Amino acid sequence: MKTVSSLLDSHWYERYKKISRLNIRSSIYDVTDRCNLRCKGCFFFSSGEHTVASEEKDITKWHAFVEKEMARGVNLAILIGGEPTLCLDRIEAFYKRLPTFCATNGQIKVPRDRFPDMMVGISLWGDTEDEVTLRGKDTFKISSANYAGDPHAYYLYTITPKQLGKIEKMIKRIADVGLKVHLQLLSNDESVDGFSWQPAELVAVRAEMDAMLDAYPRTVISSKYYHQIITSGEMLGRRFGWMECPSVTDAIDKREPQPKRLTNFIRWASDLKTMHRCCTSETRDCSTCKDGAAHMSWVMVNKRAHMQSAADLQNWIEVYEMFAKLYQFIPW
Amino acid sequence: MSNDILQNITRIAEIIINTLKLEDVTPQTFDADLDLVDEVGIDSMDLATIALVLRDEYGIRIDEDDYPKLTTVRRIAEYIHTKLTSGK
Ligand code: SF4
Ligand code: SF4
Repeated sequence: MKTVSSLLDSHWYERYKKISRLNIRSSIYDVTDRCNLRCKGCFFFSSGEHTVASEEKDITKWHAFVEKEMARGVNLAILIGGEPTLCLDRIEAFYKRLPTFCATNGQIKVPRDRFPDMMVGISLWGDTEDEVTLRGKDTFKISSANYAGDPHAYYLYTITPKQLGKIEKMIKRIADVGLKVHLQLLSNDESVDGFSWQPAELVAVRAEMDAMLDAYPRTVISSKYYHQIITSGEMLGRRFGWMECPSVTDAIDKREPQPKRLTNFIRWASDLKTMHRCCTSETRDCSTCKDGAAHMSWVMVNKRAHMQSAADLQNWIEVYEMFAKLYQFIPW
Repeated sequence: MSNDILQNITRIAEIIINTLKLEDVTPQTFDADLDLVDEVGIDSMDLATIALVLRDEYGIRIDEDDYPKLTTVRRIAEYIHTKLTSGK
């Protein structure tokens, strides 16, 4: 029987032991239905998720809700939106109680006296040109001024096909403001012309992501295996999609056979009652899904499948470490 | 060590081997003191699946809060023995 220590040398085994018992149980929460931007391709608005439920305005209900979520075993709250920073009291209901991550477009600065060590993920959709095309403005200019040098913030750089050959320019700008960056791929939910991935582009972007990780290892929080999985949609000969996705809301998951999945995962709408289908767009065709978190989780929940060889298990460890860093379970 | 526990060790090893589809090991050769997380590589979802099979086999409920204690086959066997003999 292959055991972990028979596959790993002492260096890798120590790394494994640092993460093997973390038992991260995340759920995702829409904090609000509103946003101060309207990006083309935003899954939240394009799939009508802002209309399926009307946001709960009574802050006492948010506090009670978070308590219930903790009783359900959640130990990581991932806050998304709309734009969560429009509702700081709601963010605080989570932050006061459990490890909390807040996704934001970075146009409003999270007050650090109130949220000193909350991890903030700032969305970025490319260089100035792409940002203006897709988001109506150069959000980086404002977000980088708001968060320069913040040790609890990083960029979530959604790479578009138009960014091919230009990724380094943004990585440098991010490094120059003293921040880190995690890479993901656009799913183009609103079919904006020229922003859907073609097979050759996916091959090219993988090589470019790998090169960025090699060139900027202190800035880029990523792993080559993750790049391989997200660009190819394949892991150990299996194809990503609905029947493999780990990030489906537990209560509505009737798939047979049941794949390996995130324990007790739910994505809640901001009325605190409605559940969305999964961690991303309600209406996205799973076969085109490039969701970074879902691909990462896909690797993470399939640990034993990665115990066929030392290289597979090392790949698994790197992806798990990446996730644990991005959500502050281990240091950068 | 009581006979019950020894018998349970073999049966629990068998359940784990079957549930996780482990290769190159039998219930008899499975090391009862092997750390299930650090060595066998099981995760909390695996453990939840195993807990369901054990519940059906032994008619006991395994609380999720107890999962961190169940680190080896021997500890699981002792845990089950305690539950059965204390009637909980
Ligand atoms: S900032 Fe985020 S939530 Fe707001 S429109 Fe853009 S993608 Fe959607
Ligand atoms: S859209 Fe993506 S994240 Fe959602 S269920 Fe499909 S594959 Fe999973």
